[in-house]
Amino acid sequence: MQLFRPGANTIATLAIAAIGAAPVLAVGLSYEVMRSPYVTNQNITRNQPVPFSHEHHVSGLGLDCRYCHTSVEKARFAGMPPTETCMTCHSQIWTNAQMLAPVRESLARSKPMAWTRVHRLPDYVYFDHSVHVAKGVGCTTCHGDVGQMRLMRQAAPLTMQWCLDCHRNPAPYLRPREAVFDPKWRPPKDRAEIGAKLAAGYHIKTDHLTDCTICHR
Amino acid sequence: MSEVLAAKAPPAHRWISSERADDLAITQAVADPLFTGFGKRWWLALLVTLPFVLWLFIAVVWLFYRGIGIWGVNSTIVWGVAIANYVWWIGIGNAGTLISAMLLLTRQRWRASINRFAEAMTLFAVAIAGLMPIIHLGRPLYAYWLAPYPNTMALWPQWRSALVWDFWAIVSYLLFSILFWYVSLIPDLATMRDRTPHRAGQLLYGAFALGWRGSAREWTRLKILHTTMAALGVPLVCSVHSIVGLDFAASLMPGWQESIFPPYFVVGAMYSGFAMVVVLAATIRWGLSLQAIITSRHFDVMARILLMASIVMFYSYATEWFMGWYGGEHAEREVVRFEFTGTYAPLYWALLACNCLIPQLLWWPFARRSLLMLIPIAIAINIGMWLERILIVWNTLSRGYMPSLWRAFHFTFWDWSFLIAPLGLFAFLFLVFMRLVPSVSMFDMRKLAHEEAAA
Repeated sequence: MQLFRPGANTIATLAIAAIGAAPVLAVGLSYEVMRSPYVTNQNITRNQPVPFSHEHHVSGLGLDCRYCHTSVEKARFAGMPPTETCMTCHSQIWTNAQMLAPVRESLARSKPMAWTRVHRLPDYVYFDHSVHVAKGVGCTTCHGDVGQMRLMRQAAPLTMQWCLDCHRNPAPYLRPREAVFDPKWRPPKDRAEIGAKLAAGYHIKTDHLTDCTICHR
Repeated sequence: MSEVLAAKAPPAHRWISSERADDLAITQAVADPLFTGFGKRWWLALLVTLPFVLWLFIAVVWLFYRGIGIWGVNSTIVWGVAIANYVWWIGIGNAGTLISAMLLLTRQRWRASINRFAEAMTLFAVAIAGLMPIIHLGRPLYAYWLAPYPNTMALWPQWRSALVWDFWAIVSYLLFSILFWYVSLIPDLATMRDRTPHRAGQLLYGAFALGWRGSAREWTRLKILHTTMAALGVPLVCSVHSIVGLDFAASLMPGWQESIFPPYFVVGAMYSGFAMVVVLAATIRWGLSLQAIITSRHFDVMARILLMASIVMFYSYATEWFMGWYGGEHAEREVVRFEFTGTYAPLYWALLACNCLIPQLLWWPFARRSLLMLIPIAIAINIGMWLERILIVWNTLSRGYMPSLWRAFHFTFWDWSFLIAPLGLFAFLFLVFMRLVPSVSMFDMRKLAHEEAAA
């Protein structure tokens, strides 16, 4: 007695193949979703109340990062500038620019600007800017080519994997002390070689750099 | 008593008790009840198990809602009924594969009557065992962290953790059990496909029979595959329960850190598993009227295995006591002393009675052949083995190195729930299995009948 059509063989083969392939594909798909910008927010440019251009202020005018982000060498948080910092210049230039109206209003009402946050780490991650800067990690190493960004975007995926890439082998990402705040710094050709020397110079020991408690306190 | 196969006393053949058992008679005896239904008895049994399934479901929901604090576990006795259950259920699971694989490799022909449902028992027992560590987790939704999967945290499981070894042991064992069971099921599924009068049954059994036609080539391939899998299965059975033993032995606690644990756990698993097979064999034999196929001699050989295992278990316990004393460590001696005289001493004596003393009755042939004797003994062994597992957990954790942390475990209602309700789930799954799949391997039986010259 013929129960099935000949095509049933194909369906059976496909079903058996699917039993093996489905879990692999499901895991692979989940992984791709988890590391895609959809989840990590990488490369997403945020709108801001005032379209502050790092390109103009950093590349055009040559402001140092620390002019605005004052606590980056001393504290966990790099610091967002108070409205008064903007007004050191903008009380003199572009004083009537429509674009800067929210800044003037902020000063007049003594109410800080509400910038949209671009880099957000989970609450269970302890991250300290000062130690990274002190140990030769440049601003643009993580934040990307800020000098070319009209509006700020998150250049790195900020996944734990991305953190660990450097914590496991920091040498290739280090800069000489004087280049840490240089937004135009390009790695030299013999980077691997000087990286090891720099790591030694900064007293970076990787033995405990990947301990859980380094970042999760 | 089956109409097609009439059992004779004394048995007419060594492993088949009816005078004549030709191919058709065996097939009809096993397969035909599945087409006509089992009648009221089966429905009644199913109805009895349902409240237990519901009870387990409610218990799991409540556990997930409230957390493991609903059990009697405390900050000292961090393991409780769930862990003992895990060890006990996976132990029961072991015997199914052991019967199938080890007895197949050693050419013990009598396995034909019992291997199918013993393997089904393995499947359900391992599935229930696999649930236990998950429900024991404080945050069960993260159970998948035990699996190595690509993730953006660049993290792998902690390979030094016995929990991860457990994960691999259970997963590989469960997958193997399913495949091994299914491979030996294919010819019987084809028989079902060809005999069932219902169209839906034909399609369902037909799909799972994978187009089996019973050609000589197919039989050869099946035999090669089945034997190869059996050869893989025997070391797997041993490794699974060894790893369960390592959960304890890889720790630093007195009474746990013992190199005897892996083999002792494997034998213990075989012991409780065979005891469970005896109970199930008696049930199936009575429920499906298979007295001709599952003979008193089958119970006799299984009882001999139980007797042997009980002696090995007693030897293992004695080794533990001796090494506790001989090692000279104060904490180890304290644990042994606590076993015999401490809070749980009555349970420990009950354990020794159930596992070591009562099975000695099996030295007498009438005890091995009388189901009225054998079934209570088998149940006693299962109770004793559960007591062994819970006492391994309790005794050591209650008497650790720090006297200020000595505590006792007190059963809560939910501890009872997780002890009793899974038995109902197991019975429920087993009843469903009996109704859908031939409980005895028909092709193995036909072969056995020919070898016994009963066909």
